[in-house]
Amino acid sequence: MAKTDKKAVPAGKSGLAGRLQNASDTNLLLTITIVVFFLMYIGAIVFQGSGFLKPQTFFNILNSQAALIVLACGMSLVMITGGIDISVGGITALVSMCCAVYLDYKGGNVFVSVLIALAIGLAFGVFQGFLVAYLDIQPFIVTLAGMFFARGMTTIVNTKPFNVENEAFTALKMTRVIVPGLGSVNRKGVYVNAYVEIGVLVAILVVIVMFCMLRWTKLGRSFYAVGGNMQSALMLGINVKRTKFISHVLCGLLAGIGGFVYFLHVGSGSASHATGAEMDAIASSIIGGTMLTGGVGNVVGTLFGVLSLSTIQNIVSSAGLDQAWWTGITRAVMLCLFLVIQSVVMSARKKRMAESKG
Amino acid sequence: MGKSETAKANNSNFLMKLVKNQCFIPLAALLLLAVINLLADPGFFKITLGYNAAGNPVLSGFLITILDSGSELAILAIGMTLVTAASGGQDISVGAAIAIAGSVILRVLCGTNSRPETLQAPIIVAFLVSCVVAMLFGAFNGVLVAYFKIQPMIATLILYTAGRSIAAWINNNELPVISEPKFTYFGEFIPGIPVPTPVFIALACMIIIGVVLKVTNLRLYTQAVGINQSSSRLNGLNPALIKVLAFVILGLCVAVVGLIKVSRISTINYSVIAKDIEMDAILAVALGGNALSGGKFNMAASIIGAYVIQFLTTTLYKFQVQSDALPAYKAVVVIVLVVVSAPTVREYFSSLTKKMKLSKEVA
Amino acid sequence: MEDNIVLKMRNIHKIFPGVRALQGVDFTLRKGEIHALMGENGAGKSTLIKVLTGVYGKEEGEIFLDGNEGAVAIHSPQDAQKMGISTVYQEITLCPNLSVAENMFIGRTEGAIQNWKKMNTDTEKILQSLDIPAKPTQQLESCSIAVQQMIAIARAVDMECKVLILDEPTSSLDEQEVAKLFKLMRDLRSRGVGIIFVTHFLDQVYEVCDRITVMRDGKLVGEYPIKDLPRVQLVSKMLGKELDDLSDIKGDQQAFEKEAGAVPVFEAQGLVSDAGIKPFDFHIDKGEVNGFTGLLGSGRSECVRSIFGADRVLGGTVKMKGKNVKISKPLDAMKNGIAYLPEDRKMDGIVGDLSVRDNIILAQQVLKGFFKPFSKAEANKVADEYIKLLNIKTASKDTPIKSLSGGNQQKVILARWLFTHPEYLILDEPTRGIDVGTKVDIQKLVLKLASEGMSVTFISSELDEMLRTCSRLVVMRDRKVVGELTGQDLNQNKVMSTIAGGDK
Repeated sequence: MAKTDKKAVPAGKSGLAGRLQNASDTNLLLTITIVVFFLMYIGAIVFQGSGFLKPQTFFNILNSQAALIVLACGMSLVMITGGIDISVGGITALVSMCCAVYLDYKGGNVFVSVLIALAIGLAFGVFQGFLVAYLDIQPFIVTLAGMFFARGMTTIVNTKPFNVENEAFTALKMTRVIVPGLGSVNRKGVYVNAYVEIGVLVAILVVIVMFCMLRWTKLGRSFYAVGGNMQSALMLGINVKRTKFISHVLCGLLAGIGGFVYFLHVGSGSASHATGAEMDAIASSIIGGTMLTGGVGNVVGTLFGVLSLSTIQNIVSSAGLDQAWWTGITRAVMLCLFLVIQSVVMSARKKRMAESKG
Repeated sequence: MGKSETAKANNSNFLMKLVKNQCFIPLAALLLLAVINLLADPGFFKITLGYNAAGNPVLSGFLITILDSGSELAILAIGMTLVTAASGGQDISVGAAIAIAGSVILRVLCGTNSRPETLQAPIIVAFLVSCVVAMLFGAFNGVLVAYFKIQPMIATLILYTAGRSIAAWINNNELPVISEPKFTYFGEFIPGIPVPTPVFIALACMIIIGVVLKVTNLRLYTQAVGINQSSSRLNGLNPALIKVLAFVILGLCVAVVGLIKVSRISTINYSVIAKDIEMDAILAVALGGNALSGGKFNMAASIIGAYVIQFLTTTLYKFQVQSDALPAYKAVVVIVLVVVSAPTVREYFSSLTKKMKLSKEVA
Repeated sequence: MEDNIVLKMRNIHKIFPGVRALQGVDFTLRKGEIHALMGENGAGKSTLIKVLTGVYGKEEGEIFLDGNEGAVAIHSPQDAQKMGISTVYQEITLCPNLSVAENMFIGRTEGAIQNWKKMNTDTEKILQSLDIPAKPTQQLESCSIAVQQMIAIARAVDMECKVLILDEPTSSLDEQEVAKLFKLMRDLRSRGVGIIFVTHFLDQVYEVCDRITVMRDGKLVGEYPIKDLPRVQLVSKMLGKELDDLSDIKGDQQAFEKEAGAVPVFEAQGLVSDAGIKPFDFHIDKGEVNGFTGLLGSGRSECVRSIFGADRVLGGTVKMKGKNVKISKPLDAMKNGIAYLPEDRKMDGIVGDLSVRDNIILAQQVLKGFFKPFSKAEANKVADEYIKLLNIKTASKDTPIKSLSGGNQQKVILARWLFTHPEYLILDEPTRGIDVGTKVDIQKLVLKLASEGMSVTFISSELDEMLRTCSRLVVMRDRKVVGELTGQDLNQNKVMSTIAGGDK
């Protein structure tokens, strides 16, 4: 199959783009993201020494970014259908606060706290999805209100940030899953296995499930169809409203899951948790090759988008430019770069259309 | 009989006109808030004259607070309204841009020393430099939107991400403090004048934009571009240029707000200054009944919308609501407003009333 | 009823606010025939098709399928699809970001899981059987427009449609692609599919169709077997003029006096834009009314757009009153005294939410400059003046233009350009979709303006309008100028035969 669609894949892209099916724009952007990520990482190893060679450095990135990966996956779903959801950061904060209060004050069990997280995410998703899909209100405004509400509610639930001291939860939080075969020798000369936290497993699972959903289900394909051309999708017999609705519900649900993963990583509740996470999620999706205009994108790209963003953060800080502002600037430059690339790809695509017309 | 009927019709016409006026909803909201406060505690409206630490007469009271703290939002609402009208999108980088503008002012005033005894440059020079910088960043956003055709929200996400970092970088991540008392005049009080200066600055901005809208074609051009880009082009307009212009004007507003913000505290906190103000500014535009998808706009309604938000905020403070919990209440207000004004909902209700009328007629 | 009738529409009425779009139209389609639906713009072809496919409701009339006695109700495109009526539109209604195979199958298969392998092999079979040069896994966007069009048809065919509607599918195709499409259409005909073919290209109608239904002004003109309707007669039926009816127009001709040795007001040589027209030469004298004629899609609008700088001008020289000028954007043209009333009133003409007053002053205001707005009093005065002059029916000058009727909107746009006091006025389809009274008003106005010394280029789909007003006609076919008619040649027979390309 890879050979049959050579025409569809832009020239100069090797096996990777060819192997991943045929949607050439998605693949082109995905390839760029992955290549940039690996170049960046290799560059870091070469120029900044052994720190990046340690597997644990990489896994620490994963550990700290697991929640963002989940959030960004949800964001990508909505963006693929041509929408946006800026409430995910707020939902994350609300989820972690509610779970914290439940576990700490009420001494509840961990399983129920997971259900709470899911229910909060789902509730936001359903409400916002209804307003966006069936009442035709701009997603930006609806989810802006969602963000306000979630952030405000977080403070209303509990004003002060606090750490959770629930035994079962702490045990889960401290659980380290050993990555077989990878590890490094530490300063004392002892070999230490690389590990990941539970949240990373959840995030990877989410990426896999969402990837399969987008790839092999009718629902997933209808996301792309709606984002590609809403009018055409309608003509092709797709229930556009329901598709939009489901994308928001899924995004909300993933925000709930992401919220719990975040909570599991930090082990506390605070109104200032996950500040700006929605913008990080959007930026990751964009860098991962999800088009803002909809119809193009991939959660695998989103995964690499998150990794790229945090790797550059690590590089900047280990390069001695540990001032906080360098991080912000480099990330913005990266975002700007990818936006311009997308803009160029779009205009090239339009040109191609015009040429085949003429 | 005929006469009374026409009088009645005129009456209802006048009422209809009032209700249809774009300023009606924000004004009604303002009135509603005032009534709630009056019922809860008439003391809300009390204004007292006192003296501040420097021995100058100052007015205080909740109303003064609203006028004072609402200034920044009102100024931003002006620029945001134009950007919304011309581009059909919103600028989410204004908070970050305010940090940059404030940082530039401090940098110029302080020079290389972060705690100067005397100012290194006149305040007016510092302000003008920050105006230029803020307008350049506005132009950057505008070019991304108009020429690269990136959605405004996403295009401004870049500056949103980098803005506060750039602000910190300008001052080498130090927090300069100005000890010159004159600098506080812009954010606090001018000796002898009991009304906070930001109120005057906001008023001046409103007058300026009012005059600009009067003596130039800014309104006609932005509206035409926002409503029908293709048709505007065929009438000789340059839609891209007008969009950039709107972003540059917003940049100017940002510089003014930046001055007020740093003057209020004589220093800067890069991560906190003007935090989330972009969301409030967008909300002000929406509260003013302006379509967020662009086109026609009503500047007065946006400005009133800004004060509604401040009124709501101050009221909630008075009711002991925590500042971090405020957004939740704001969200409820926003949702109610957008649902009420959603075309689908309106259509549904108008068809419902039609049906009711029909069934009445049948009966 | 005949056995082989697959679709019958009877007495269809459709009313839009202010317009009777369809008035008692009948239409019959038989199994295994390609049936051309012809008519100029505004004749009601697309309205009829949208009624048939459930995009619009109808006020009156019945639709029968398969010769059944019971009328069917079609409320949405999905309903129509289920009943075996498939439509392929001029604009491709597929998703450009999905693969060919997905576009073939999305939205019409059961189950939740996408079976790529089966879908791809099924698509491969269909593509092969219809000889479409595409790979199932290819992204749709990387196919040429023709192939995309064929894929849309293939999708329709695979849904076992009984009625296939092709709404101007060939307007963006080249000859080879059209040939491929026709092969496919003939193939389907032999399988018993009834095809409704809407096109503006006469050659194509005579190449592939069996039968023609002609519509005009929302009414049925008639249904004819192809061999009974020669092409000149078809044109005359579409335009609503009998062949022999040619003597009565001459009297209305407006004469103008040309000064000896005067240079043309506007002159262009080798003008070409990026809209796909062949380079053309053109000139117009002071006080002259001329026109571009040709069927829709022949390039007449593109020509005047390039004069005004509305499309990107790629080459050619332009002179105003003998002086070389450069017109690269509309403002340049406006500064040189050219005004242009665009063809698409809604997209390019009105600024919907703005008031009638603002719409009238817009162009002159732009010319006047950013810092010199009209005062409210001036604007009101101008608005009142033109509302009165052109007899614009509006509740007030503050009414948003979008709430006016089409004819009055057009008058507002006309007022906008008259207010700029142009030397050269271009009117592209100023009379389309507006009532008869307004049409006559506009024609009279054009002649009056010309007698006052204004040069006017007038484009209309209605030939008699052109003949009545123009003293010279530039005839276009297939995006190039094929003739220029003046004096004695300005008669229907000659114009129609030039349009039709009688030599073929």
